[in-house]
Formats: sequence, C-alpha cells, structure tokens
Amino acid sequence: MEYIKLIGIVIICLGFALKLDVLATVIAAGIVTGLVSGLDFVRILEILGDSFVSNRLMSIFLIMFPVIAIIERYGMKERAAYLIGRIKNASGGKVLSIWIVVRSIASALNIRIGGHVQFIRPLILPMTEAAARKSKGSDLTEAEQERVKGLSAATENFGNFFAQNCFPTSASVVLIQSGMAVAGYDVGLSDIASSAIYVMIISIVLTIIQVYLFDLKIKKGAKK
Amino acid sequence: MASFLGVYLPELFYVLCGLVCFDTAFRARKNKRAKAGTILFWTLTGLIFMLGKLLPSVVTGSMLVIMGCLTVTKQVSMGVFQEATPQFRKASSERIGSVIFLPALTVGVLSLVLSFVKYNVIKDGVATPTSLNGAIMTGTACVVALILAFAICRPKVSETREDTSRLLMQVGASCLLPQLLGALGSVFSEAGVGEVISGMISSVVPSGNRLLGVIVYVIGMVIFTMIMGNAFAAFTVITAGIGVPFVIAQGGNPAIIGVLGMTAGYCGTLMTPMAANFNIVPCAVLETKDQKWAVIKAQLPMALIMIVIHVILMMVLGF
Repeated sequence: MEYIKLIGIVIICLGFALKLDVLATVIAAGIVTGLVSGLDFVRILEILGDSFVSNRLMSIFLIMFPVIAIIERYGMKERAAYLIGRIKNASGGKVLSIWIVVRSIASALNIRIGGHVQFIRPLILPMTEAAARKSKGSDLTEAEQERVKGLSAATENFGNFFAQNCFPTSASVVLIQSGMAVAGYDVGLSDIASSAIYVMIISIVLTIIQVYLFDLKIKKGAKK
Repeated sequence: MASFLGVYLPELFYVLCGLVCFDTAFRARKNKRAKAGTILFWTLTGLIFMLGKLLPSVVTGSMLVIMGCLTVTKQVSMGVFQEATPQFRKASSERIGSVIFLPALTVGVLSLVLSFVKYNVIKDGVATPTSLNGAIMTGTACVVALILAFAICRPKVSETREDTSRLLMQVGASCLLPQLLGALGSVFSEAGVGEVISGMISSVVPSGNRLLGVIVYVIGMVIFTMIMGNAFAAFTVITAGIGVPFVIAQGGNPAIIGVLGMTAGYCGTLMTPMAANFNIVPCAVLETKDQKWAVIKAQLPMALIMIVIHVILMMVLGF
C-alpha cells in the first residue's frame, strides 16, 4: 500500500479546512507520514529539526520588526496618507498598478526590492489605503479594507513570481536548465529567460485589470 | 575571511532574531492569559534561532513538537498592549516629515547594493566569486535602518521593545510556518511521497495527443505545487515524469515548455496555504481579519486565468 504515504497530505488538507491549529497540524502530518513510511521516530525528529534550522533564512524578517515598530509609532503611515492626499485623481488601483510595474521590472532584473514585511506593510499598503480612501471620498468599510490588504499582498506575489524567470541566472532558470539537461536537452540560460517575457507582460496586464476593477467597486461603494 | 562571511556572520543575525524572540518571551510575563505557555513558546523559538547550528537535530525536533503541543492547547496568546494614539502619530508625522521614509527605503536600497557584493571562496586553490548570504544582506540593511530610525525618531527604547513584542505576538506562530513547511517537505521527500504522486499522474497521461499532454503537464505542475507548497520541488518531478515524455518528446521547444511549466507551478503557489511565506505570513503581517485565506482569495482569479493562458501559450509558442 504505497498510497498510505499520502496520509500527510490528507491531514494537511483537513487541518486547513477545519481551521485547526496550523503548527500542530503540520507537525502531526510530518510525524504520521514518517511513521507510516517506516522511518523511526527519532529519525523524523532529526529531519524536522535539521530542516527547520537550515530554513531559518525564511524567518529572517523578524529582524525588521523593531524598525517597523519605530516608524509606525512615529507616523509613517500618516505621512504616506498625507502625501497621497496631495496627488489629484489618486486611487488604490493606480498605486498598485505602478507597484506591479516597478516590482516586475525589479524582479526581472533580479533587483531585491519587495517583500511583504519590508515593502508592503510599511510603504505600499498605507499608500494604497490612503489613495482608495481619497478616491472614495470617505472611510473604507471593513470588507474594502480587507480587499485592499489582500490585493496589496497579491500584487507583490504576482510581480515576484511571474517576472523572476526573465533573469538568466535566477535560481529558477538555472533549475529549469538543469532539469532539461538531465532529460537530454541542452538549452541556454538566455533562451529560457527570453521565453519568460510573455508571462511577465500578461501578468502585468491582468494585474492592472484586476486593480482597475477594484477601483470601480470602490467608487460604486461611495455612491451608495 | 570566507568562513567568517559564509558561516559566522549569518549566525550573528540569527542571534539578533533570537534576541527579538527572547524579549517577547520576557514581555509575556505580563500576560494575563496563558502566561507560562507563551513565555516557553518564545523562549524555545529564540533558542532555535540562536543555537540552531549547535543543538543536535533531534533536540530541535523535540522542541518543535513541544511548541506544537503549546499552540494546539491554546497555551500561546497575545498580551495586552498600549498602542500609540492616532493624535500622537499624526503630530509626530507632521514634526518629522518625509524623512520618516528613510529607514524603510534604506532596507530596500542597502540589501540591493549588498546583493551585488561578491567575495572569493578559495577551494583547492581555485577562487570562485560568491554572493553574500541572504541573512547578511537583510540583517545588515535592517541594523542600519534601525540606527537611522533611532536617530530620526528618537523613540524611547522601552516603547520600541513594547511595539516589537506586539508585532511579533500578532504574527505569532505563523512566522514559523514557512520553516516548518520546509521541514515537512523534507520528511515527504525522505518518505517518498513525490514518487507515489508522479506514479499516479503518469499512469493517467495519454500519449500521442499534444493538447492533452500540455493540459496534464500544466495541471500536474499546479496540483503538485499546491501539495508541496513549492514549485521547484514539483518542477523536477513533474517535468521528468510528464513534461519531457508527453510534451517535449512530441516536438515541444524545451526552453519555452520548461519556463512555462515553472510558472504554471507558480499558479499553484498562488492558491495554496502550503506556501505559507507568500500566502499566510502576509495575512498576519498585514493584520487581515481572515488570517488564512485573505491573500489567496485575492489571488484566485489571477491563478485560474493564468492556468488557461499557460495551456494556450504552450500550444501557440511551444511547438
């Protein structure tokens, strides 16, 4: 019964669907998968511990928290809102449209600008919120606020993902090349990277459409 | 020098991360609810950050299990904090002006500059230029930004410590999720989960039909990425199992099919809570009401449309 190994995936799906505690769900999935696949308990703990430590870079953003703590207390969001307020015809969608273009180009050139902790919370979200409020002419409802947050985070991911393969020595392009080499196809890094431009352009266009639709919705909300 | 930059300096920044956690553990002693559990949770997190390389893996693994037991029994909770009043924030933003953006911009610009720095690693007499470790780039940029923030805003250290603990408690256990899911991926690959899935998928692939091959390759990348939370892991398995035999071997251009296969996987990343660093952590960081699905909901239309576009692009450009 090979399929029993998939039980970890079932546990994860159930855990997320039933909104159980995520940390415990993930650990349980790891332990159960290991046990049914014949790994002993100590070995499972070793794999978990070892891999957790070698992935610490994913949580390095904690080091930015004191900076955010200070600049938020001393009014950076308020300043962003003030500056946006002076621009005529500002709207949330326009701020995010500019961001998707900047973020995609940076990502395509492998320039490290972006990140939810580094850029979205301190800079992009306050500007988008302020601009949306301005275009609506009144405060945002809770649902609209939730949508602004979701879209700001999403725009960051769109720009990051769909443009990164345009850079010839990015990790993903190198992985594609080596995957093809294993299969017996010799492909140049720049051939792969230049093929990635279509997806980048389409994703920028789609993002701009999505945030434009959001602008329309906000303005509709103002008329009610 | 090389071992200093490659091994010891990154650890210094993880030690700083550990200190942030310890400070939160220390602040948790004022918690009314779940005091002991919260203190223990953040102390363990801090220890793993600081001593990660020194602790035996089995000890770290056991600590993770203890932390899981704490969160599942609701023994980790948020304290009560005094936030700055809107009047205070408004007044100080008028006093400080646009210089307030400097620390945040510094983080971006400085990590960008540092990403161009290379140093030579000498192995067997051959020097290879190597980029700085990611922890050094982010860490240095944040430390410089912190100094600037102190110089510009002149905050009280006590209130900065309060605010930092509040942020960390708010993000809570989900800040550890990306690391933990990475660990889960390692268990999956050691247990052979990937082989089982690729076996399942390749048993249903029809041969001889380009369109069906393309559709199965794209969908396979999406689903497998959603399960593993990582398109890179999916790419190797699904491209070897489906992409090469059923798309490229039928005349597909390997460069175009390969790169589209990868971004098809990213469509999966946009839809899965398994990619916690992209989809779950932002919910916590941006304080959405829906702490799990707010970002995925915003990404769903894009992901679904892009899946269709990937099939079309492969058919039009790939052959």
